[in-house]
Amino acid sequence: MAEPAQQHRLSAGLARRLMGDWRVVVGGSIFAVLAILAIGASLIAAIDPLEQDLLLELLPPAWVDGAEPGMLLGTDSLGRDVFSRLVHGSRIALAVAVVAGVLTATLGTVLGLVAGYFGGLADSVISRLVDIWTSFPPVLLAIILVALLGTGLHSVIIAIVVIDWTRFCRVVRAEVMQQRRMDYVDSAVTIGLGRIAILFREILPNILPLVIVLLTLEMGIAVIVEAILSFVGLSLSSDTPTWGGMIAEGRQVIHQAWWVMSFPLLMVVVTVLGFNLLGDGLRATLDPTLRR
Amino acid sequence: MGAFLLRRAVEAALTLIGVAIVVFVLVRVVPGDPIAMMISPGASEADIQALRALYGLDKSILAQFFIWAGHAVTGDFGTSISLRQNVVSLILSRLPATLELAAAATALAVALGVVFAVLGIMWSRRFPEKIIDGFNGVVLAIPDFIWALAFILLFGVLFPLAPISGRIDPRIEFEFVTNFYFVEALLRGEIAVLADLFAHGWMPALALGLPLAAIITRVLKGSLDQAMVEDYVTMARVKGFGRLRIVVGEALQNAAIPALTITGVQFTFLVGGTVLIEKIFSYPGIGNLAIDAVINRDLPLIQGLIVTFAVIFIFVNLSVDMMYALLNPRLRHG
Amino acid sequence: MSNTVLTIANLHAELRAGRKTGPGILRNVSLTVHQGEMHGLVGESGAGKSMIARAILGILPRSILISDGSIDCLGRQMVGLADSDRRKILGRDISLIPQDPLTALNPARRIGAQMTDVMRLHLGWSRARAHDAALALLNEVHIRDAEAVLRRYPHELSGGMRQRVLIATAFACEPKLIIADEPTTALDVTVQKQILRLLREMQNRHGTAILLVTHDLGVVAKMCRSLSVIHSGMIVEQGEVSDIVTRPEHAFTRALFAATPRYDRPADALSPVPGEVVRELEEKAATFDRARAGLS
Repeated sequence: MAEPAQQHRLSAGLARRLMGDWRVVVGGSIFAVLAILAIGASLIAAIDPLEQDLLLELLPPAWVDGAEPGMLLGTDSLGRDVFSRLVHGSRIALAVAVVAGVLTATLGTVLGLVAGYFGGLADSVISRLVDIWTSFPPVLLAIILVALLGTGLHSVIIAIVVIDWTRFCRVVRAEVMQQRRMDYVDSAVTIGLGRIAILFREILPNILPLVIVLLTLEMGIAVIVEAILSFVGLSLSSDTPTWGGMIAEGRQVIHQAWWVMSFPLLMVVVTVLGFNLLGDGLRATLDPTLRR
Repeated sequence: MGAFLLRRAVEAALTLIGVAIVVFVLVRVVPGDPIAMMISPGASEADIQALRALYGLDKSILAQFFIWAGHAVTGDFGTSISLRQNVVSLILSRLPATLELAAAATALAVALGVVFAVLGIMWSRRFPEKIIDGFNGVVLAIPDFIWALAFILLFGVLFPLAPISGRIDPRIEFEFVTNFYFVEALLRGEIAVLADLFAHGWMPALALGLPLAAIITRVLKGSLDQAMVEDYVTMARVKGFGRLRIVVGEALQNAAIPALTITGVQFTFLVGGTVLIEKIFSYPGIGNLAIDAVINRDLPLIQGLIVTFAVIFIFVNLSVDMMYALLNPRLRHG
Repeated sequence: MSNTVLTIANLHAELRAGRKTGPGILRNVSLTVHQGEMHGLVGESGAGKSMIARAILGILPRSILISDGSIDCLGRQMVGLADSDRRKILGRDISLIPQDPLTALNPARRIGAQMTDVMRLHLGWSRARAHDAALALLNEVHIRDAEAVLRRYPHELSGGMRQRVLIATAFACEPKLIIADEPTTALDVTVQKQILRLLREMQNRHGTAILLVTHDLGVVAKMCRSLSVIHSGMIVEQGEVSDIVTRPEHAFTRALFAATPRYDRPADALSPVPGEVVRELEEKAATFDRARAGLS
């Protein structure tokens, strides 16, 4: 056990290392901006994202001829403000990313811990399940699931968790199997700690950096899955602004108004790249020995 | 060799039977009634029961599975609930379009992946390698779905280069005997038809293939890097061969096996990706069909499609195993 | 002299890490190989003998830099030679018989392809002509059923067979100089003698100069007319084999002889190289490094 003072020094060093990695800084900034947009959506975008005005439909962005002042990124086919919908859409994107990400990480990590630590029957069952799961195209599985569960935010999140837990499970299982052979586990056994205690108090902290890296990447994937499901029309109703929904609407009018699809698409790309950069940076800084 | 292939085939088949059972049960235990979606409002309870009996939905799940499996082995997958057509003929008419798209995407991915991996090794430890690695990272992070939309925006709208929907221009008057349009046009030497198919196909194929290309580049570059320090590569240098000839002629074949493994694994995702890409480009394949089937909860069609996907995966896995043997002379005699 | 094929003069090589240069790998190495002779380059592992071979071929690791000196091969300066010019010489005028025949052949290519490629590249021969030449070469190295061997893959041949193939390939373009880098080290003891006899036979027939790199002074004594002894990157003794074997001048060479197993002596008669000899040499090496540090 490290002394508190030493722990403090460690975390200060870690913070410095994190800030020294440009990927962490850029990815973290994108995440921060997204969070600010989501939290302050109604302040940042004054126009109601749901307000329709058929006289103002398909207006171009502010820098193009024929734009309406105040409608920065133009309007969609129902005359709704694209900028405002974009900002409010970040709420759904972030909510799905965080909630689905954390739930997926939890389920996958727990199953991975159990399979890797206890081995035997639990391991064979879980591993076989992972094999079956990953042999099936995830997109199709997501669509089937949401179609069955019915549309809505909770179905989207459940679908992501049910499909992607294998990503965590596989990696965590392999890592636990390696950690299990290490000396600190033996010493924990000799001082009489129970198996569950060893698993959660000794092994889990050591694989946490790995889980955090995977979680960051998973959040990027969750944003994409939500966009895909919205695009197919299986996420939320068009009343709630989502990036995927905006992309789907934009696809319909793409020949008349390129901006309706471009901006939400750009948001998805930037967000996903941000999460990936953050994940790569964390991978490099948290633990140089992390294996893929 | 034969025994090895047989074992792999059996393994793949068992896994996929597992998938079929999981999906079969899943679509039935989750609430929601496919019959409710096809009847007109005001139908009597007796009508609904009759329809349920017609599609066998009034029996237990286990009984339903065995009835379905019994028909399936004779090649009878029933009738689509939403389209009222024979499932097998429906799938067979759409399958060629998807196979051609997936094949084109894979070919593109392999070509791009190999070219960029070789270029990266040629420029190893120099500036262009960093550009290739950086670009590769971006391509890896962005899925096919996003690429497809970005291409539509860029090459369909902002700089219109090619049509963005369909498989072929409906104005083209050409009687196809099969649904393998591309292969048929090629065999019959119809240049104009081929050009139109190409104009429609390159964007979806590229969008589908790009992420796989990035994966191939990364894996192949890694294994090429390892191969380049092998003794036989040094021997080739000492014989006076140039770098390109050494990378392509000596290292590539030995480095290809890990890349091939990952291509085989990723092909599943590529075929899964056709579902969305076909939707985005209004391309008439089984992917597009699958989305509609799922949304309409068309159980016979969903099941038929899953078996189709399963057969494709088994076939691909076996082809990958055969390719191993071709690339690794040691396996051929094993 | 007109009949030399290789002249190395005052060659220095250093380990390089970024801007910094480390200790010397080769120190003031000079060496001459005459037309048609077999010259032995002897030293313990790590002495730098393989580095000399690699420096001649221009395949030193990136981390090792030639800092001074020259390598003159058939009138061409090999140090700092452009890659494109080097490629015209390698394989045609100079060739290599590698240490480990198990890894030096590409596992994915047929023997025939790996033998003929060098002739097709440098001599511009057709596939058929190179194939016939390869058949003749395999006969020369006493491989029976040569036609079938050309169609085989490396893993289908024994280690000794593979080394025969590599020797045959080394002679393919009638080079002026062959570098044989520990050609028997990786082989069974029983095969070693056959391969050495074969190498001698091929050299006599083709009249090629060979630089035989080895740790085995006994092999050199049997095979070569002249030799250089290397230790810590320095040549410590050089001259005719007959002179050196009868009266080695340097304590290290004497020690090496004492450490060479001979069939006419029991194994316990072997004595390791004495510590003071090694120490003396290492001091001399350090002096070299200091002197070079003062120069630069």
